[in-house]
Amino acid sequence: MNVKTPSKLEKTLAAGHLAVTSECGPPRGSNPEVIINKAEMIRKYVDAINITDNQTSVTRLCSLAACIRLKLIGIEAVLQMVTRDRNRIALQSDILGAASFDIHNILCLTGDHQSFGDCSQGQNVHDLDSVQLIQTVRHMRDNGKFIGGEEIERPPRMFVGAAANPFADPFKIRALRLAKKVKAGVEFIQTQCIYNLDRFEKWMEMARDLGLTEKVYILAGITPLKSAGMAKYMKNRVPGMDVPDEVVSRMAAASKEKQPEEGIQICLESIERLKTVPGVAGFHIMAIEWEEKVPEIVEKAGLYPRPEIS
Amino acid sequence: MIVGKQKPIDEIWESIKGYKKVLVFGCNTCVAVCHEGGNKEAEILASLLRMRATQEKTEMDIQSSGIERQCEHEFFEGAKKELEWADVVLSLACGVGVQFMVKIFPTMLVYPGLDTCFLGDVEKPGIFTESCQACGKCILGMTAGICPISRCAKRLLNGPCGGSSKGKCEINKELDCAWHLIVERLEALGRLDDYVEIVPLKDWSTERAGGPRKLIHEDV
Repeated sequence: MNVKTPSKLEKTLAAGHLAVTSECGPPRGSNPEVIINKAEMIRKYVDAINITDNQTSVTRLCSLAACIRLKLIGIEAVLQMVTRDRNRIALQSDILGAASFDIHNILCLTGDHQSFGDCSQGQNVHDLDSVQLIQTVRHMRDNGKFIGGEEIERPPRMFVGAAANPFADPFKIRALRLAKKVKAGVEFIQTQCIYNLDRFEKWMEMARDLGLTEKVYILAGITPLKSAGMAKYMKNRVPGMDVPDEVVSRMAAASKEKQPEEGIQICLESIERLKTVPGVAGFHIMAIEWEEKVPEIVEKAGLYPRPEIS
Repeated sequence: MIVGKQKPIDEIWESIKGYKKVLVFGCNTCVAVCHEGGNKEAEILASLLRMRATQEKTEMDIQSSGIERQCEHEFFEGAKKELEWADVVLSLACGVGVQFMVKIFPTMLVYPGLDTCFLGDVEKPGIFTESCQACGKCILGMTAGICPISRCAKRLLNGPCGGSSKGKCEINKELDCAWHLIVERLEALGRLDDYVEIVPLKDWSTERAGGPRKLIHEDV
């Protein structure tokens, strides 16, 4: 088993298990119980929990502090970090801060544009982009150096991840974009929520043809639909999301009370099919404000119990 | 060229209403091309302001004039007299012109009549599009001649982001995704392989980040 960091997620994947991650959004306030309660609800069912970084550009409790909260109660965290709000000084500084608490996973992201959030008149930074952030974390970890070239005392030991969206355009470069992230040093990928399985499979085939699935663990993104309304919203309003008409109409065909159940059913069917796609190394279950459903999904998908990794 | 847009008339009125002699002063190059700040627009704005003064029952002498460029010494020579006549000058130049005038006439009261918007091209008559942010280190050679710094909402050097959909940007469905255009053009040029090359961390010190910039030609 060839691992480069103490990350439990990395060890799980390296041992050949299908990994399961999930995510929790921090609260719009300073109550730590919110994040702790969400995480406690799912901790036995996942290998690591992502903490989102001001997702959709809405100001929330910071990702790093929430990750520390998880660390203090013994839960493995994935620190999401966007380049939207921090320049290279702040990015490196926050990486060191996380490393000082032995947070061993990072997800390098660009972040949604601030115009979607509660500070649409604010500046964005974008000193680096997500590809360059991947390079930066790998440089800090592997070479033990800052961007500026100075040595880091006790470098971060982080398993480096990023997102991939097989559903954004232009489709022809979506696998090449993954290749670019792999070239930058990414080690695991969590994809955008998958509803269009045909397109995802095509993307995986392109990734395999480029030899990428040999170099990076791909966790398929899964988000259970709560209602037909949510399906329509995701289809029409969320940038880069591909919800086929069949999925929307299947949700709409169920009665209002049965729609949550139908959503879970669709998600379980997706997981079953995705398990057979070569190169899928696990699942990233994003149950948006519906974290209590994660245990049920993991159990019913046959992904429970989670492997014991020391 | 520099693209600007006239400020709302109420805002302009607020800045000049207390003065007796007002000169609306056009700049007849960039901002004339975008029909906002040229000498002709200065004339039109001056008559609008005169009507406003009549409505408000305020006695004011509002005149208009202009020069070719408010960012160079030589053009000011012939306009000195009329500028000095005014209690206040409403400049229709970009921010460069307003500041240059302030530099030449240290005691002159100058207000901006335009909001300076961006560096852009004339996409079609009446449509102006941002296409450069003067970052001080051009990367167009790496990006098939399309600038992601000025044309991508996230200034991504290794785009497109996950929000690109049907060739449009996540922030606005009317806005082309710069990286979509770059990819299309790389493909048309038979250079799609270049896409996988990682654009390295950018040196932003030649941009706004490095502080106000100056270019000096020793031989001039």
